[in-house]
Amino acid sequence: MASLIACPHCGPRPKEEFTVRGDAGITRPAPDAGEDAWYAYVYLRDNPRGRHKEHWHHTSGCRRWLVVERDTMTHTIYTVTDASAEGETA
Amino acid sequence: MIGAVHRDPIAMRYSAFSVFLNALRGNKGWTPAWRSPVPKNHYDVIIIGGGGHGLATAYYLAKEFGVTNVAVLEKSYIGSGNVGRNTTIIRSNYLLQGNNPFYELSMKLWEGLEQDFNFNAMVSQRGVLNLYHSDAQRDAYTRRGNAMRLHGVDADLLDRNAVRQMLPFLDFDNARFPIQGALMQKRGGTVRHDAVAWGYARGADSRGVDIIQNCEVTGIRRENGRVVGVETSQGFIGCSKLALAAAGNSTTVADMVDMKLPIESHVLQAFVSEGLKPFIDNVVTFGAGHFYVSQSDKGGLVFGGDIDGYNSYAQRGNLATVEHVAEAGVAMIPALSRVRVLRSWGGVMDMSMDGSPIIDRTHIDNLYLNAGWCYGGFKATPASGFCYAHLIAKNEPHETGRAFRLDRFARPDDR
Repeated sequence: MASLIACPHCGPRPKEEFTVRGDAGITRPAPDAGEDAWYAYVYLRDNPRGRHKEHWHHTSGCRRWLVVERDTMTHTIYTVTDASAEGETA
Repeated sequence: MIGAVHRDPIAMRYSAFSVFLNALRGNKGWTPAWRSPVPKNHYDVIIIGGGGHGLATAYYLAKEFGVTNVAVLEKSYIGSGNVGRNTTIIRSNYLLQGNNPFYELSMKLWEGLEQDFNFNAMVSQRGVLNLYHSDAQRDAYTRRGNAMRLHGVDADLLDRNAVRQMLPFLDFDNARFPIQGALMQKRGGTVRHDAVAWGYARGADSRGVDIIQNCEVTGIRRENGRVVGVETSQGFIGCSKLALAAAGNSTTVADMVDMKLPIESHVLQAFVSEGLKPFIDNVVTFGAGHFYVSQSDKGGLVFGGDIDGYNSYAQRGNLATVEHVAEAGVAMIPALSRVRVLRSWGGVMDMSMDGSPIIDRTHIDNLYLNAGWCYGGFKATPASGFCYAHLIAKNEPHETGRAFRLDRFARPDDR
């Protein structure tokens, strides 16, 4: 993991200020979506080796949820955006 | 198949006698512990992943189940992955029904392993102590110890004075986490991890298994819904059955057959200090944070802590976690504050969604999966190999590994 995350609100900050939540690519199913959809949402992961989008919370900063796109092999961070700009995910 | 391996049987059966005999011959009789064969066109079983589990699987397939036309494909060299990156601890101090008998099977196999595969793996049953720091934690450990005993596993609950006699240098009166006692498994301990890989590799090879290093699998070829072979950096190799044992990179391999797994890959770091005089006789774990330590025979303290916490396939971690581990260590053993760390490294873990592994069939008839070992794979190596070999040979799960189904998240009630 890179040492710095460039928060769109606070600028480059040490990654220790942030808390990782996990995969930003999965969307919460409707309550009645059925067991298969809920199983996939709760348990299955793309787990890519390479580019990966994740939710990170700027816990010790602006307390905004961010979407960080980074490389799980090289630790390079490509983009950091506010989660609200990504549309509806959860 | 054993006849295909040309060796001097007296010289290559390791023993005090063979050491003596080879010494008389000027030590010219030693040969490599395993061959470096050119891959055949087709194998009965191909195992992807030449780590501890893959090699143990091949060994037990050949030795216990008579399946010798086997290849183990390793993308790098034997010992380069997690089998050489762990903190070498073995134990079977598990609470839950599905786990306990499995890890106890592993412990029993560890206890006879060196005689079984004729290799000195330095199995050292020096005892594993889990410290407790509160009444609630003591009760939880009592429960776990009782569960272990009900399964026929040894467990001893030690009070503060008993621990103090064994490990006087612990910070018993730590202001936040005073040590009240420990749950001890005397049969737990450490094993020299490289020797486990080498011993299994040698034992499998001598029974006819081809261990093919520097052979990365790049694709899995299917025809009519069945696997027919693998594309590799050394060309296509056909197989009747394909077994995945690539923990850390399970997703990467499963992607080749469009199988999505309940797994994330995370990095776990481990550390070794400069060599010290004998200091810590057992394996000790901190109960108020994630920290575990033992002392190797060379004198280095071998220790580790938490995973870094984010998805990673890089075999290196973050300094923040290094600091966290060091803090936990010093909280438990203040004398560590003046010890210098010699090396640190990272290994990539298959983190499953419930902390337990997967040994199962898949949606493809002749494809088997061994994955999801989290940070507990090393101690499981013998039982994992044994149960997986049983599954591959008989197409039926071994009694002891039956709980580790792939579909348990979707259908938890099935048995």
